[in-house]
Amino acid sequence: MEKAATIVSLPVLEPSPGALLRRRVFGHAGLLIGCTVLSVIILIALFAPWIAPHDPFDQVLDRKLIPPVWSESAKATWIHPLGTDHFGRDYLSRLIWGARISLVIGFSAMLISGVIGTVLGVLAGFFGGRVDMVANFLITTRLSMPVVLVAIAVVSLVGSSLTVVIWVLGLLIWDRFAVVMRSATMQVRNLDFVAAAQALGCSTSRIVFTEILPNVANHLIVVATVEMAHAILLEAALSFLGLGVQPPEPSWGLMISEAKGLMFFDGWLIVIPGTALFALVLAINLLGDGVRDVTAPDGT
Amino acid sequence: MAGPILEVENLSVDIPVPAGLLHPVQEVDFRVERGRTLAIVGESGCGKSLTSLALMNLLPPRARRTAGRLALDGEDLLGLSEREMSNLRGNRMSMIFQEPMTSLNPAYTVGDQLVEAERRHRRTSASQARDRATWLLEKVGMIGAQGRLRQYPHQLSGGLRQRVMIAMALMCEPDLVIADEPTTALDVTIQAQILHLLSDLQREFSTGLILITHDLGVVARLCDRVAVMYAGQIVEEGTARQIFRTPAHPYTRGLLDCIPIPGKTRRGEHLGTIAGIVPSLVGAMRGCHFADRCPHAEETCRSAPVAFRDGVETGHRYRCILAPDHGPDANGERNRANGRTNPE
Amino acid sequence: MNGPPLVEAREVSCTFTVSGGFMKRKRTLQAVNRVSLRIERGEVMALVGESGCGKTTLAKMMMGLIAPSEGSIEIDGRPLSSLDRMEVARSVQPIFQDPYSSLNPRRSIGSIVTQPLRVQRDPDPGTWKRRAQEMMELVGLPRRLFNQYPGQLSGGQRQRVAIARALVNRPRMVICDEPTSALDVSVQSQILNLMQDLRAELGLTYLLISHNLAAVEHMASRVAVMYLGRIVEEADTASLFDSPRHPYSQALLESVLTPDPTLGIPDTHLGVSYPDPLDVPPGCSFHPRCAKAMPDCAQRMPRRTELPDGAGVACHLHAGTHAARSAPPEGNRTARAQDG
Repeated sequence: MEKAATIVSLPVLEPSPGALLRRRVFGHAGLLIGCTVLSVIILIALFAPWIAPHDPFDQVLDRKLIPPVWSESAKATWIHPLGTDHFGRDYLSRLIWGARISLVIGFSAMLISGVIGTVLGVLAGFFGGRVDMVANFLITTRLSMPVVLVAIAVVSLVGSSLTVVIWVLGLLIWDRFAVVMRSATMQVRNLDFVAAAQALGCSTSRIVFTEILPNVANHLIVVATVEMAHAILLEAALSFLGLGVQPPEPSWGLMISEAKGLMFFDGWLIVIPGTALFALVLAINLLGDGVRDVTAPDGT
Repeated sequence: MAGPILEVENLSVDIPVPAGLLHPVQEVDFRVERGRTLAIVGESGCGKSLTSLALMNLLPPRARRTAGRLALDGEDLLGLSEREMSNLRGNRMSMIFQEPMTSLNPAYTVGDQLVEAERRHRRTSASQARDRATWLLEKVGMIGAQGRLRQYPHQLSGGLRQRVMIAMALMCEPDLVIADEPTTALDVTIQAQILHLLSDLQREFSTGLILITHDLGVVARLCDRVAVMYAGQIVEEGTARQIFRTPAHPYTRGLLDCIPIPGKTRRGEHLGTIAGIVPSLVGAMRGCHFADRCPHAEETCRSAPVAFRDGVETGHRYRCILAPDHGPDANGERNRANGRTNPE
Repeated sequence: MNGPPLVEAREVSCTFTVSGGFMKRKRTLQAVNRVSLRIERGEVMALVGESGCGKTTLAKMMMGLIAPSEGSIEIDGRPLSSLDRMEVARSVQPIFQDPYSSLNPRRSIGSIVTQPLRVQRDPDPGTWKRRAQEMMELVGLPRRLFNQYPGQLSGGQRQRVAIARALVNRPRMVICDEPTSALDVSVQSQILNLMQDLRAELGLTYLLISHNLAAVEHMASRVAVMYLGRIVEEADTASLFDSPRHPYSQALLESVLTPDPTLGIPDTHLGVSYPDPLDVPPGCSFHPRCAKAMPDCAQRMPRRTELPDGAGVACHLHAGTHAARSAPPEGNRTARAQDG
């Protein structure tokens, strides 16, 4: 195709969607960076027991508050590359195990909210009328509830644990899924191929699963990444407030919270989990933006 | 008597695309006389709409326009700054688009938009402009024009919106109106009314009109001259009578064979087709653009550029090596026989 | 003709409720109003009229996609409401106007063309691919496109795919809703030729919905003219195009622009009032635009009169005295506060 000086008059077939997608993916820097960072974090989380140099719960009180290796302090040692916290726990190991918590919460909350929001949005968009009215009412109700306040209320009533946090977040952040899926479904629903499928005798569920969902899936992936990042940040916020994951679990939000008293003396205690959180959320968002760009009808 | 209202010589448009340089418009030249209508007709992708945008200097940002001469009423347009061009647009040359809903601003009333169209270019008072708007709306056949001024575009039907667009295009008494598929989105009954109106008003104001369309019926009925475009080039140009009665270019002949004409085509019999597909316009092309689909193509057609030839009558020219009266075309008949096995 | 017509609509109506906007009363839209239409085996029935006249709604009712609010539709003498989805789908299939939206972009051509066989749980899965490819060949698509996607095809090829999908189950009737109006002129003729050939080859019946009257005259054997939800005239193609009876048919045919440079733009005398399906005028719904309107036309709705040549016209000008006078005066049927 690059040859500019020849007559291109044969019926040149456009590249297949697969080839086109590959070409776009490998030309998108943001997507590649996001993917790489996220994969590294996922691998670290998966292999945490083997990678982490120490037990993240192991308190060695005479070794507390060792600064990381790049500090000029004489206490810095390669035994604890990122130092230790105020209980003498290895910070690197806690960071590595913390990645697990962040990913598990982000992924599960995204999954729960994704299922709720997609079902609601697709139903509303497909059937319209009364169904749409009910769905809209639910979405409006949900939007009028402040997430953090509701989470605080629920957690203080039920008590806090990993599962509670996952369910609370999952049940609270489905609104964007519902809104996006509703409008995407409405658009696709009015296209003629849906009418063609109806005229072929397809059942409604078949139409939803084989005609509608494949054509709204790209929106779904984009929202899913945004909401996963959202859930991870919310978890950190809740843990910071003491309402999320409970000590001594190594959650990044909790690590920041525990370090806040020493913020002015040992700033790295906050900077390290903060940076990790930032990198993870940024990677997920880069991935989402990338997916949106490469699956857009004419993203070049 | 003054010269033509618009002269275009050697107009080309190039757009860089990933695969190379796209040449959607190549060496187009034509002129439009005062009070006359030129149709630019062709299928999608032939470059007719980009030609009109190039005239108005409204091309997409990446596109490059080159021309030997581009003059409105003798005044050169090529040297004008963007600011001077935008003073001309809507004032001395205006445009009517296919879909009036997207070209009218939904947030303003019809009256506001008409008045704005005039007051941007002329120092008339608001009330004078309003009077003219009312007068024009009556001219375009809108009953109760006074009341219509206060309506918003969404309150009007498609036909009425298109009338407003025509009125807006005529607000400043332009020398030239470019209408890009003005009736494609409308029903046939409304189409006839709008075209009727357009040709009446154009005669009355002696405006030059360029009509961009793919509808051969509209072209034949409304236009004085016709330029047939194929793959970025004008392949044939002449009066409507010459084009429809004695078409010389194989593409024009093929196109005319494709449409059922009551009394000429018999019911149920096969219509003519043009085999093959439009060539890619990326990169340079040496010979005739139609050669790959042409039943008369020879080796010379592909190797060297084909120049215009004059038709039998004056004012008729076409881009082909064949003699103007190369006899009844075997093209249509032959394709009719194997029409089905020729998916473009 | 022997036996019942292939598809028959008996006095079918279809109403929609349209919300008038925030805090406004809901309005009813009578998209189709007591329409009767018989489509005989093997004929090409054309349905013409302006946009919003109810052509597409009528067609959707015939495919069972919309249930009529009144009246009934019969396929082969059996009421459509008693047939199951699959049976209807085996008899009637649509072809749509826009080949860019009628094919699911995420499916390969092969998957689109075999879809009807899959949906109908065709008993012989081993033959699906072969049959789909045969159908593709029949509509003039090269087999190599089987694994391609719609985005890689031209408009004409896509329309051929849509035709192959409609025909792979061998339906008896195909409803073609503006099958060529989104295509280029040179491609239109290919598709029209193909439709002619397929009709002869597979013994199909077409319902052709189009505003391209030249194509209608070329293809159809019978034409029904619709205006604001009603059929105002129905006649054989030749007799309709030679001598249209209803003033609306006359205006419609006058506005067709044949490519004849010696003729100018016709003046249709239709006036500028555009028909609004939400506000149907009383009496004959065409009277505000009709050049031949009589005082009577604003009062009474004309009934359909059968003419000796097999045509039917709903117009007071053509009503035989006996037929028109005996009919009970019928008011405007658009009930305002009706809820659906």
